[in-house]
Amino acid sequence: MTDDITTDLACNELVEIITDYLEGTLPERDRTRFDAHLMTCPGCREYVEEMRTTLRLTGRLTVASISSGARDELLRAFRRMKASSTGL
Amino acid sequence: MGSRTLVRDSDAELIDRLRNGDEAAFAGLIDAYSAPLLRLAVTFVQSPSVAEEVVQETWMAVVTGIGRFEGRSSVKTWLFKILTNRAKTRALRERRTVPFSEFEVDDDDEPAVDAARFLPASHPQWPGHWAMAPQPWSMGPEGTALDRETLAVLRGALDDLPRAQRVVVALRDVHGWPAAEVCAALDLSEANQRVLLHRGRSRLRAVLERYFTDAPTLPSPASGGGKRTAGEGHHV
Repeated sequence: MTDDITTDLACNELVEIITDYLEGTLPERDRTRFDAHLMTCPGCREYVEEMRTTLRLTGRLTVASISSGARDELLRAFRRMKASSTGL
Repeated sequence: MGSRTLVRDSDAELIDRLRNGDEAAFAGLIDAYSAPLLRLAVTFVQSPSVAEEVVQETWMAVVTGIGRFEGRSSVKTWLFKILTNRAKTRALRERRTVPFSEFEVDDDDEPAVDAARFLPASHPQWPGHWAMAPQPWSMGPEGTALDRETLAVLRGALDDLPRAQRVVVALRDVHGWPAAEVCAALDLSEANQRVLLHRGRSRLRAVLERYFTDAPTLPSPASGGGKRTAGEGHHV
């Protein structure tokens, strides 16, 4: 029942500035509004939690890289280049 | 606006070692950057095997071009520039690829959450607040088969993101690059980087939400009003 602040954030605004919040690029005043909103809004607390979970899971995705054969080939090419440049 | 990345000492030293034929330095570079380069390459050429070839060509260009590298950008930025040029050439040569634009942020309004989940702006008490608040996710313990399935869903969602969002999210959240390095490598402004990151992350969260909860069936997309039964959860 805390409708006292006219600058209170709406939930649909919060979900649009959450990245700035997490990136630490939100201006101080907005950050305060953001935190104040979270104090009173379980839905947005859940939303922030879900976003953090999303980031954590994304960080666990495995990363495809080049094959070891391709890597070996590059290292051979590097060696050849060195040999030819020092051979001159 | 002269935002060229200054060559750091470590970069200068790396370049020296490469020019002197230090194989370990080259191997280290390959191991550090092949994955992110591959990630960017697939956004241009789509076929994974062609993407690998483009990465291979990029490394060959490094082998033959290190002597000419002027060090006006960081090595990382240089690598990404080479790759982008090669990938574009390749994409043009193979007409099968979709046309690409630069990494631009379009002005399309792309809400992070479906507007129908919020109370309308005309709501007397809680305009713009949740009508259907997010519900806690039922996640199993990590390391289980269920968990692997989750990661597969997430990977699919990442692959489905629009190109620029996909690359930015991958570099930031999969590869763990700082924002500044992503901006430099992709030639993006900080603001645009953040917009792409925000849109991409929001989409991934939405996919996971559908996966972890029974997708909240929206009442009727036409009228935003009414549905306030779920509104009891906020501002207690």
